[in-house]
Amino acid sequence: MEQLLEFITIHREMIYFVLLSVFVGVEVIGGVPTVLHTPLMSGANAIHGVVIVGAIYVMLNVDPSNTLALILGFLAVLLGTLNVVGGFVVTDRMLGMFKKK
Amino acid sequence: MKSALLEISYLIGSVTFILGLKMMGNPKTARRGNLLGAVGMTIAIVGTIFLFEKQDHGAVDESYSVPGLVYALIFGAIALGTVVGWLTAKRVQMTKMPELVSMFNGMGGACAALIGLMEYEHNLGQTGALSAIVAGMVIGSVSFSGSIIAYLKLNGSMRQPIRLPQYNVINTLVMAGVAAFSVWMVITSPSDPFILYVLFACAIVYGILFTIPIGGADMPVVISLLNSFTGLAAAFGGFLYDNKVMLTGGILVGSAGTLLTLVMCKAMNRPLSNVIFGAFGATGASSDREIKGNIKDIGVSDTAVLMNYSKKVVIVPGYGLAVAQAQHVIHELESILEARGVTVKYAIHPVAGRMPGHMNVLLAESNVSYDKLVEMEDINPEFASTDVVLVVGANDVVNPAAKNDPASPIYGMPILDVENAQHIIVNKRSMSAGYAGIENELFFNPKTSMLFGDAKDVLTKLVTELKSL
Repeated sequence: MEQLLEFITIHREMIYFVLLSVFVGVEVIGGVPTVLHTPLMSGANAIHGVVIVGAIYVMLNVDPSNTLALILGFLAVLLGTLNVVGGFVVTDRMLGMFKKK
Repeated sequence: MKSALLEISYLIGSVTFILGLKMMGNPKTARRGNLLGAVGMTIAIVGTIFLFEKQDHGAVDESYSVPGLVYALIFGAIALGTVVGWLTAKRVQMTKMPELVSMFNGMGGACAALIGLMEYEHNLGQTGALSAIVAGMVIGSVSFSGSIIAYLKLNGSMRQPIRLPQYNVINTLVMAGVAAFSVWMVITSPSDPFILYVLFACAIVYGILFTIPIGGADMPVVISLLNSFTGLAAAFGGFLYDNKVMLTGGILVGSAGTLLTLVMCKAMNRPLSNVIFGAFGATGASSDREIKGNIKDIGVSDTAVLMNYSKKVVIVPGYGLAVAQAQHVIHELESILEARGVTVKYAIHPVAGRMPGHMNVLLAESNVSYDKLVEMEDINPEFASTDVVLVVGANDVVNPAAKNDPASPIYGMPILDVENAQHIIVNKRSMSAGYAGIENELFFNPKTSMLFGDAKDVLTKLVTELKSL
């Protein structure tokens, strides 16, 4: 119990940050017409590709003599890039089709 | 200086993600919203690479320079990923969209899992950091293997849901096992990397077990759920590095993805638990009700005449339309009718296609104006004043059993009330049942005429016939 309270005190700002972000996420999506659900899912999919930032960070800190870490890091950056680039491009392609005449 | 600039680049990234997602909620600004997100992402990535400072026990290590090999690998991976990702995204057919999204989602999950695998050994004994690492790795792995299974199911390589006996019990046990294993890892922090790989393998297996019993029709819900899982995994990465852009991006997608999942479930009138645990049709409670009545055929020329002299025609497109690649012909049909003074609208059921909104994308691809696409709640009251409803390649979304047969597996799903129209013309290849495998009494309705044949074939003939009238 004490540990839990301590954890909350130390990470107070982080907890606020997370809670507020959850509300922003819900608020931003609320009321979106069904028409846009597929592009939205695809766009959100591209955004979580931000995990690539973590992959790059690991890679920059890697010990260059550790071959396994280099291989894993390369793969992580590669997969993250696929997620980001593929995600944004395919969403753009979908949205490019929505035209009002 | 550098670290302040990096924080600013992350701040810009976070703001563009929020604004971008918001703008994607409106057809007019959606495309710009997506581009804005992409710009923010680029800024965050470029900042991470070029504003990097090696941290050593909380202080900046000025003397450290990143080895050339590492830069080469990073740029190589980004270049390769960009080319492959770009080409795949540009070339994919729009009908294959859902599986592509699933694939990209799996890549993101795998990326998060790999980060966990690499960071574990650097953080032994630090409970806080280890929790973020293990949670990110497990969730990322589940998202990865689950997405790959979803991909295989959607592209038809794995058609039948595979259900082990008592799969719900097994899955729950495996999930509890993986969770317990993770907690144990965090608390005891074993230094043997082998144990970490065992946990990784367990999480992969759980992802497979989780997705494998769920039927193809429910895959969109699963993809959306896995999408929010990957968001969560990215957020754990943000915790680990105290990286705000990963946190915002990850949590945003996590919460937005969860909401989207619930919206999809609501459209199908099935609680999420039912999708995950209660696999479709598995209950065996399919209706034994005998459907009485006759099937009435109609030819292409009669259909053409009927439509030509109507005031209002509503087209109900289903996935069958896309499979037959008939989106372009149907747009041509719409244009001819409109030119003759007939009002034409499309009735879009929330789950038409393979994902909510998928049908809109497919029709948009053939230049159908989006204000002609009317959502279910708005079109339902209009059916009473509609002369002809043309159902093409749709089945379950117009099945009255959803309303009046409590034994039907789709009972309770909101449907398009096409029965209220004067005439109903249903185009189908044959009398086989729909995706959910249920008979449709609409076909036996006295107002219904069946126009048998391949959608593209029949619609092309219909267009030719109309032109000659």
